Amino acid sequence: MGKKEIIVLKDLLGTNKMIAAEIREELRKRGILTVNLMSSPGSGKTTLLEKIADLLKSRARMAVIEGDIETERDAERIRAKGIPAWQITTGGACHLEAKMIGRVLPDVEPDMDFLFIENVGNLVCPASYELGEHLRCVLLSTPEGDDKPKKYPKAFMTSEVLILTKADLLPYLPFDLERVTKEALEINPKLRIFVTSALTGEGLRELVDYFLGERRKLQVPRA
Amino acid sequence: MHELSIISGLFDALLEKAGEHGAREVTLVKLRVGKLSGVVPELLESAFDMYKKGTIAEKAKLMIEEIPLRIRCRTCGAEMRSDEFAFVCTSCRGTDIEILEGTELFLEKIELEID
Repeated sequence: MGKKEIIVLKDLLGTNKMIAAEIREELRKRGILTVNLMSSPGSGKTTLLEKIADLLKSRARMAVIEGDIETERDAERIRAKGIPAWQITTGGACHLEAKMIGRVLPDVEPDMDFLFIENVGNLVCPASYELGEHLRCVLLSTPEGDDKPKKYPKAFMTSEVLILTKADLLPYLPFDLERVTKEALEINPKLRIFVTSALTGEGLRELVDYFLGERRKLQVPRA
Repeated sequence: MHELSIISGLFDALLEKAGEHGAREVTLVKLRVGKLSGVVPELLESAFDMYKKGTIAEKAKLMIEEIPLRIRCRTCGAEMRSDEFAFVCTSCRGTDIEILEGTELFLEKIELEID
C-alpha cells in the first residue's frame, strides 16, 4: 500500500547503444569499415559518396545504406555507380537508429571493405544515435555558414572527421575557414578536417586515402 | 526532434518497472538530461504529455534535472564547467579533456502508487 520510490538509473539511449555495439563488432569481424555520414540536407552527402565510389572503384569494395524520410532517390544514384545500396525510409523519423541498420546487415555481402551510411539530413538528432559505425563524419558545406560548429556542438563533438564540402564556392562566400577550423577544434580537438570540393576534386583523394588507412587499421580476425 | 522516440523508450521502461512492482499508478518520473544530451527538455515534456494519455502514467509528473557540461583536464587535473562547449582547459590550455557529466540522458527514478 502507498507510495514507493524506485531508483532506476537507466540510460534512455542504452538499448540503441547496445545494438550499435553489436553491429560495430560484427562489422569489424567481417572486415567492413563502417562510416556514418551526418549533415544538414543539401550539404552534399550523396554527391560525396558518388565521388568516393569513383575513387575507390579500383582499390576497394564498398556498399551504401541511404537514410531518408521518403523516396528511393539517393539509393538509385548510388546504384547507378554500380555500388550496392539499400534505402531506409524512416517515414518521418529524423534520424537512423542502430536497429534499422541491423535489419539491412544480413544483405551486405561479406567481401565488402567499406559500408557508408548516409544518415537522414539533419545536424541535430542523428548525433545522439550510434549506428555501429567505426568512424563518424560530419559534413558542413560552405553555403551553410561558418557558425555551425558552435550551434550544433554535438554533431561536431561526436565525430572523428569534419568534411567541409563545396570549397569551390569559398571565393564567393563570407565563409571564414579559419573560424570554422578553430571553433570545430575547440569542441573536438581530435577532429580531423578535410576541405573538399566534389566539383574540382579538391581534397577527395586525401579523404579516400584516409579511409583506406583506417580500413587497414581495423583489426580483422584471420579466417 | 527525436524526443518522441526517446519518450517511447522511456515508457517501455516505465511499464516494465511498474509491472515488476505491481504498481497501480506511476506518479513521478525524474530524468537527468545533460546539456549535451542532444535533446530539448521542453520537447521531452510535450512528448511525455502526449504519450502518457491512457497509460499507467497518465497522472505522472515529469521532473527534468538539467545537467551542465562539466569537464576535467587530463594534463593539469583542473575541473571546470563548459557552457560554451569548448573542450580546452581554461587553466593550462590543454586539450586532453575528459567529460565528467553533461551528455547523459537518464531515467533516474520513478514514484509508484502501490495497492
